Amino acid sequence: MAVCKVSLPHLGNYHIPLSVLFTLGFDIEYIVPPPISSKTLEIGSRHSPEFVCAPFKYTLGNFIEAIEAGADTLVQVAGSCRLDYYGELQELILADLGYKVNFINLAGMKKLDPLSVYLRLKQFNPQASLGRIARVLPLAVRMVECMDKVEDYIRKNVGFAADQDLFEKTHREFLRDLRNVRSRRDLDILYRDYKKRFQDIEVQSPPNPLRVGIVGEYYTIMEPFSNHFIEKELAAKGIVVDRWLNVTNTLLHAPKEIKEKVKPYTSYAMGATSMATISRALRMAKMGYDGIIHVKSFGCTPEVDAMPVLQNISRDYQIPILFLSFDTHTEKTGFITRLEAFYDMIVMKKRKRKREYLPGFV
Amino acid sequence: MKIGIPRAFLYYRYKELWETFFRELGIEFILSPETQNDLVRAGSMHAIDEACLSSKIYLGHVAWLLDKCDYLLIPRISRYGAGTVCSKYQAIYDVVANTFRKRRARLLCCNIEPRTADGEMAAFIRLSKALGRKNAESILAYLAAKQAQKKAQREELEQQERLLSRNGMKILVVAHRYNVCDKFIGEPILNRLREMGALPIIADIAPKKEAVARASSLSETLPWALSKELVGSVAIYRRHVDGIILLSAFPCGPDSLVNEMLTRKIKDKPVLTLIMDGHRGMAGIETRLESFLDIIRFQEARDYGCV
Repeated sequence: MAVCKVSLPHLGNYHIPLSVLFTLGFDIEYIVPPPISSKTLEIGSRHSPEFVCAPFKYTLGNFIEAIEAGADTLVQVAGSCRLDYYGELQELILADLGYKVNFINLAGMKKLDPLSVYLRLKQFNPQASLGRIARVLPLAVRMVECMDKVEDYIRKNVGFAADQDLFEKTHREFLRDLRNVRSRRDLDILYRDYKKRFQDIEVQSPPNPLRVGIVGEYYTIMEPFSNHFIEKELAAKGIVVDRWLNVTNTLLHAPKEIKEKVKPYTSYAMGATSMATISRALRMAKMGYDGIIHVKSFGCTPEVDAMPVLQNISRDYQIPILFLSFDTHTEKTGFITRLEAFYDMIVMKKRKRKREYLPGFV
Repeated sequence: MKIGIPRAFLYYRYKELWETFFRELGIEFILSPETQNDLVRAGSMHAIDEACLSSKIYLGHVAWLLDKCDYLLIPRISRYGAGTVCSKYQAIYDVVANTFRKRRARLLCCNIEPRTADGEMAAFIRLSKALGRKNAESILAYLAAKQAQKKAQREELEQQERLLSRNGMKILVVAHRYNVCDKFIGEPILNRLREMGALPIIADIAPKKEAVARASSLSETLPWALSKELVGSVAIYRRHVDGIILLSAFPCGPDSLVNEMLTRKIKDKPVLTLIMDGHRGMAGIETRLESFLDIIRFQEARDYGCV
């Protein structure tokens, strides 16, 4: 029997593997918080310090929503930037607001390995068994990988589907069925089925489509509400969207190069996600992408420091980079205008380049 | 050969170390002037507009030095023994290199990666090796510089003790040293406090080891070493002062969270949060300082039963 109701703030669709991990692995009820909305942001920013980065406000707002939905145990993760201090301050703010909850702050632990996380969680469910967690953890990891692969395929193809809604509908159904997966076998069958269903959707990809890469800060990239659904907007214009950053590529299988310097642009690692941003942007520039969009929350220090480097990459490879900074504004107009101008620019640039290579082609 | 040292950011922390080190080695160096308006303007022009005021000022100092020296000394710290640092300290070398790429600046990195206890000395040896000096020579110079730094710290602490034993209203100014010592950010505020009859106490002047140890009494999971020192010094000094000012530069990442934690946890002393953002008008700041001091005076009068 579950002893407590645990919840984590939303990040994209990753609540599904988390919920499997908690309910099956730890035998703890997992409360899926309400989806991120302008209400989340409103609650979060009301109680947050004023110039903290937006993810703090989103996660705090989502915690409060989760408590109202019945959660009594909250988990906050740790990171290598300000995220490392989110937990303690959010715990303090929630306590000051009068919410009586258990707060598990992963930043507070001396060692952050699965075993110590398990021991910490065991305090909340003494019946949790290590054997069961060891069985469920690989399933959750595999789920994340499958989700990321599916989403990657969608981003690259949805812009050219005859019926764009069909992609979305299939994705929704995939996520719905993913919730009911209980074993590795279920998952493999489900993934194979949906892979086929996605590949059966008719896609009329032009021979040389516009390709845009998205780089930037962890949360704002992965939580679509916080970036005004930028991937959808781009896809609607008929663009192949490439976003390398997801949980698979960073937490599960991080390549070495995102932790090291990127020659010849930087001599040292610059901290947090900045090396991932720079190394991916450089690769996209070398691969001849039509543009890069740099997405971050306002004042994100590691990403702000990556910007002078991106500007140099942009100059050297003649690749346009659009810098977008998201804060607590939910007004879409300014964002759409900038995106449209960027789109017009990369279209014109592509036509011009074609004309240079093929005289007489307009 | 002349080395340029920007008078901003980590300079205030490594002042004696760098200056004595180069003097011992007989290497000429030049300091940029105190921060003035045109340095701030130049810095803001080169910097990303969202970057913090302190780093904009830093780029202003770098720009001033560029064609006045052969090498520019840029520090980089990846972490301290007591914790991590703001990623700005990790990135500043490459930010400068990329911002001033066209000007072909010749940079000299003082890269402190204290994985071992002698991380700092290793950094200084690497530094002088890049300048073509022998190891033995630079170890001696480093040891002399370390002595000078320790002496300066001791004197600073003695002076702080004297200040604390004086009578009068004492205000603890909690800010990173590069902000509180800066002519543009911190000094106008310290001067105004003095004019208004208060005695500013700089929180960053504190016994560092004790401060780091006591930081956990206020905050358990604070990751940043430099914030730990500041928070710990609040724990040390809060009993001896009448009010606390949290001074930061917009939009400082660590401060955005740490200041909130402090205002929520300090209940026994009035706290004022001041954020400096490069605007030159002081009227708003003065009004806030005045009313803050008034509140303290009223409160003390009430405590003595005078009101």
